[in-house]
Amino acid sequence: MAAHKRRTEDDVVAHLRDGMTIGIGGWGSRRKPMSIIRAILRSPLRDLTLVTYGGPDVGLLCAAGKVKRVVYAFVSLDSIPLEPHFRKARQEGVIEDEPLDEGMFLLGLQAAAWRVPFLPTRVGLGSDLFRDNPRLRTVRSPYDDGEELVAAPALVLDAALVHLNRGDARGNGQFLGPDLYFDDLMLSAATGNRFMSVERIVDTADFAKEGSFHTQRISRMMVDGVVEAPGGAHFTSCQPDYERDEAFQREYAGTAKSAEAWDAFKAAWLDLSEDEYQSRRQVTGNEPA
Amino acid sequence: MPTRADVCAVAVAECFRGDGEILANPIGTIPMVGGRLARASFEPDLCMTDGYALLIANDEAAELPPERKVVEYWNPYRSMFDWVWSGRRHVMMGATQVDRYGNQNIAAIGDYAKPRAMLLGYRGAPGNTINDTTSYWVPNHNPQVLCEKVDTVCGIGYDRAATLGEETARFHEIRRVVTNLCVLDFETPDHRMRLRSLHPGVTADEVVGATGFELVVPDDVPESRLPDDDELRLLYEVIDPDGAREKEVPNP
Repeated sequence: MAAHKRRTEDDVVAHLRDGMTIGIGGWGSRRKPMSIIRAILRSPLRDLTLVTYGGPDVGLLCAAGKVKRVVYAFVSLDSIPLEPHFRKARQEGVIEDEPLDEGMFLLGLQAAAWRVPFLPTRVGLGSDLFRDNPRLRTVRSPYDDGEELVAAPALVLDAALVHLNRGDARGNGQFLGPDLYFDDLMLSAATGNRFMSVERIVDTADFAKEGSFHTQRISRMMVDGVVEAPGGAHFTSCQPDYERDEAFQREYAGTAKSAEAWDAFKAAWLDLSEDEYQSRRQVTGNEPA
Repeated sequence: MPTRADVCAVAVAECFRGDGEILANPIGTIPMVGGRLARASFEPDLCMTDGYALLIANDEAAELPPERKVVEYWNPYRSMFDWVWSGRRHVMMGATQVDRYGNQNIAAIGDYAKPRAMLLGYRGAPGNTINDTTSYWVPNHNPQVLCEKVDTVCGIGYDRAATLGEETARFHEIRRVVTNLCVLDFETPDHRMRLRSLHPGVTADEVVGATGFELVVPDDVPESRLPDDDELRLLYEVIDPDGAREKEVPNP
């Protein structure tokens, strides 16, 4: 009997440490591992470095004072283009930040996954990324062309958190929506603590009932623990299981305008267990109280 | 009489003329309408997205239900970078600021270390501009957007490209800036921005007054091309029958 890797959100958080560099899967306000983010919000963890195609995961963790540094190409709520809590943290200067280009970000994850210090690219040449990200360096081609390129630095992660549609107890995962984003690379760029939450855990033999084998893009070799979390991406989208909860997102976005609004949101939606969160949002028809 | 939004859509379509079999990737309402118009008329080989992870053959600019999408290709973000880095894409992006050489800012206003207004971040602008032809869409032409100096260079302009050298910048081209007032290009000896055409009812003085830097204004500035009958039919009956474009640029 093969060992299972089933975990709870709190088990995952128990593996994380202050100051860790944590990669978060998804894209903007799409398929974010929100139930694990909520568990981090309940924990005493702090000084985290986030590496992500950012959405409300970044905003929530900034608002809760968990973040030391954000490595990002954008932070957006999609239907609300600018993430208000991230903006507030940046404008108040309370977090460090490391900007990258979206594609450079992919190369950084790939470099980490392949265990090389950088990958060469033209991306970034001539832009102010070299002013705003002091880590960036160029490299000269050793071949006859001698071209100067950007050395997109490896984004090595201490932990990675992703949310998929289906998984099995051993850590294989399946995406059923339009895009895997870079979840496989996010897991592969981490040296350990690679966690995947899923809408539903199924028998390995039943993946085929959910979607074609082309959708089975997360291997158990990439995953240390799997969390069954129905509604775990809420309020971000998790197609085809559910769309983004736009009303909830609007409510969340509105809480950046005052400390009182944030405190009320926190009391209603964050200072409670995941089970309580899920049952409350169902009772209220997904609308915040 | 065509509306201002119709003229803008044609101006956007014209940006993609001659592009052939590449990914035309206009971002925004009128850019999408204009891109679809180019493909439905004089540039039929263009590939276009559904705004998400598919390349679709449909002419409609608005989002379609999944069952109506005619899918040509599955195009997740990872594939998108393959197009960008292999030089098979012409993107039309927005710009919070753009200067006379086509440097573009969408990241933040003020000092980047502690910005007065944090915006999106760099997104894909550095990679887009160093690898592929890029155009910009400005729905509200004013001196804050068309400005003397951008606070952060996300998309690189011609002066930055010149500094990199011909070899390194060989894939760089900023083709046009289409605004609600006019069409601008960089077809001058030193690639400074030039007034290419004026939308009907707009004067050169109006554009100069709405621009925060010294624009190259030729002696004779033509009027922006008007849609022909076939283009009007496509716009009103097929591509944007609900008139979403009129909300982005109201008729003056």
